[in-house]
Amino acid sequence: MAAPRTQNPIIRWIDYRLPIFSYLEHELHEYPTPRNLSYWWNFGSLAGFMLVTMIVTGIFLAMHYTPNVFLAFDSVERIRRDVPYGWLIQYIHMNGASFFFIVTYIHIFRGLYYGSYKNPRELLWMLGVVILLLMMATAFMGYVLPWGQMSFWGATVITNLFSAIPKIGNAIVTWLWGGYAVGNPTLNRFYSLHYLLPFVIVAVVMLHVIALHRHGSNNPLGIDRKGPQDSIPFHPYYTIKDMFGLGVFLIVYASFIFFMPLSLGDPQNAIPANPLQTPPEIVPEWYFLPFYAILRSVPDIWFIPSKLAGVICLFGSIGLLFVLPWLDTSPVRSARFRPIYKWFFVLLVVDVVALGICGAHRPEGTYIVIGRLATLYYFFHFVILLPLLGKLERPRPLPASIGAAVLKGGAVSAE
Amino acid sequence: MRKIFLAAGVAGLISLGIASSAPAADETVVLPEQAWSFDGVFGTFDRASAQRGFQVYHDVCAKCHSMDLLSYRNLEELGLSADQVKAIAAADQVMDRDDRGMPVIDDSGKVVMRPARPSDRFAPPDKTVTSALLPAIPPDLSLMVHAREDGENYVFDLLAKGYVTPPEGWDPAANYNLYFPGHRIAMPPPLAEGAVTYADGTVATLDQEARDIVNFLEWAADPNLEERHRTGLKVILFLIVLTLVLYAAKRRIWSDLHKGEH
Repeated sequence: MAAPRTQNPIIRWIDYRLPIFSYLEHELHEYPTPRNLSYWWNFGSLAGFMLVTMIVTGIFLAMHYTPNVFLAFDSVERIRRDVPYGWLIQYIHMNGASFFFIVTYIHIFRGLYYGSYKNPRELLWMLGVVILLLMMATAFMGYVLPWGQMSFWGATVITNLFSAIPKIGNAIVTWLWGGYAVGNPTLNRFYSLHYLLPFVIVAVVMLHVIALHRHGSNNPLGIDRKGPQDSIPFHPYYTIKDMFGLGVFLIVYASFIFFMPLSLGDPQNAIPANPLQTPPEIVPEWYFLPFYAILRSVPDIWFIPSKLAGVICLFGSIGLLFVLPWLDTSPVRSARFRPIYKWFFVLLVVDVVALGICGAHRPEGTYIVIGRLATLYYFFHFVILLPLLGKLERPRPLPASIGAAVLKGGAVSAE
Repeated sequence: MRKIFLAAGVAGLISLGIASSAPAADETVVLPEQAWSFDGVFGTFDRASAQRGFQVYHDVCAKCHSMDLLSYRNLEELGLSADQVKAIAAADQVMDRDDRGMPVIDDSGKVVMRPARPSDRFAPPDKTVTSALLPAIPPDLSLMVHAREDGENYVFDLLAKGYVTPPEGWDPAANYNLYFPGHRIAMPPPLAEGAVTYADGTVATLDQEARDIVNFLEWAADPNLEERHRTGLKVILFLIVLTLVLYAAKRRIWSDLHKGEH
């Protein structure tokens, strides 16, 4: 690790004992990054920004929120009405969940397109899937806290998934609830875990970044860096590019916060939870809709009842991502050089969007058919197509190096 | 490559269009859209209308519907003076409460009532009125315009246009409303021409009353709307300038890489 370049004696004194300055120098300034990263590579840092935003706003909301079934709904309204700028903090947090998922989903699909999960980045990818799972748990429990109708009934439906487990299912659900229905103990434990899990996410994000910095970012060409002409230091090139991307992102995010703060939510959640009245339609937040569609699409399979099969497929759809690095047998990372995979990637995007639409509608008529076909394709894509495609597809020739492909001869090194 | 993402996006949108237009699930009535002063990024409350709307709520709706989230003091934000608010509050009776918020009971076992103060929440409707309506429970109106899909237009259309002649064979004992889900609504037509006499002399047509109550309910559900819009414009303007500066900085920093792709 390089010593800090500064002559400042205080910094040198600290760094000699606690090398944080040389660490930052190493990880930011020297950290070599492919010179050809596109704007699709902005979404990782945007996700990091959203994580911090959610934690900071969440801490302030927690100072005013009351986790009690009789008080929770009104305490959120009180934050919006009576706490100075409470409406702003609450809307940043509430819409932040959606925007956290937007950037994370784009980040994941970018990884899928450019093969960022392949050797040597398998663990980096798997840690990312762990983060996704933790995010889903955190978001689900956070949605329960305002204790509106959809909070309550969403919690009831999702926790009831565990009752599909044979023999011990019902006991597990009672244990999760802390009672015989979703109630005050459920709300309290969800609040506790909703506060805890984001810090677990921070820890896994740190591992994710350590794994990233081991071999550096993948890039749109999907080939390794071969020399100094292929890379540029992260700072200032990608710090400024990330900040510009953050500016664009904030414009979109802020326009939701200030001008349509409730557009991503469900009107039912403006009604306090009522255990005696089921809403006409129980739908999760938009970011869970594709998974919800998978859950509801699966019919009875042989001796497995539809509910259990749906739950297995729901967890399987994310579980598959864990083993994706070994399902995709193609040695070529970037879809730019995979003429057939490229189009199946497009199909997968369409498939997930279609699943999302089916998740938003009652499973009737055409939606059942579309939902089942889309579920089938999702699993077909990962389990059958990817292993076969790696063997059958003839990838296009890869460029000799990043520098050669990007600079077309006139190489100018940034060093 | 950009093209493929574009193709993915387009294909996604097409599938969205196909799937969402596919089955006409259950017959849904299209809500006629109204123009509201609070719409759009410059939207503000029509205070005169919202004040009249409060009068409609106070004289008509409040007989059956509570508004638990509002205090009398909030009415000052609508432009009423402190004295007016005090007078409005004092005309209502609320339960006296002790420091723990429990109702005060006198020695004969009766709940002590007292005139409301501006700091009190709106007095709930009389139990003898609402219990006669059972099994129908009039919903709280504090968040009504948020609690329904397209709530502002829904409430207006339901009140001003929904009570039409029922179709053949409709149970004559039940109220029919075109915009209510299932059409069978427990609430008889609450508003009519001249249902209130406006203090400001506005002619109380059915349309006018419905429009005023929606303006009032919108304010009640979202009292920070104006501040939110004002702040939002400043924030977005600032972000646009900041982003342009960052873009210029990015161009400048990357320029030493010459023909570098970015």
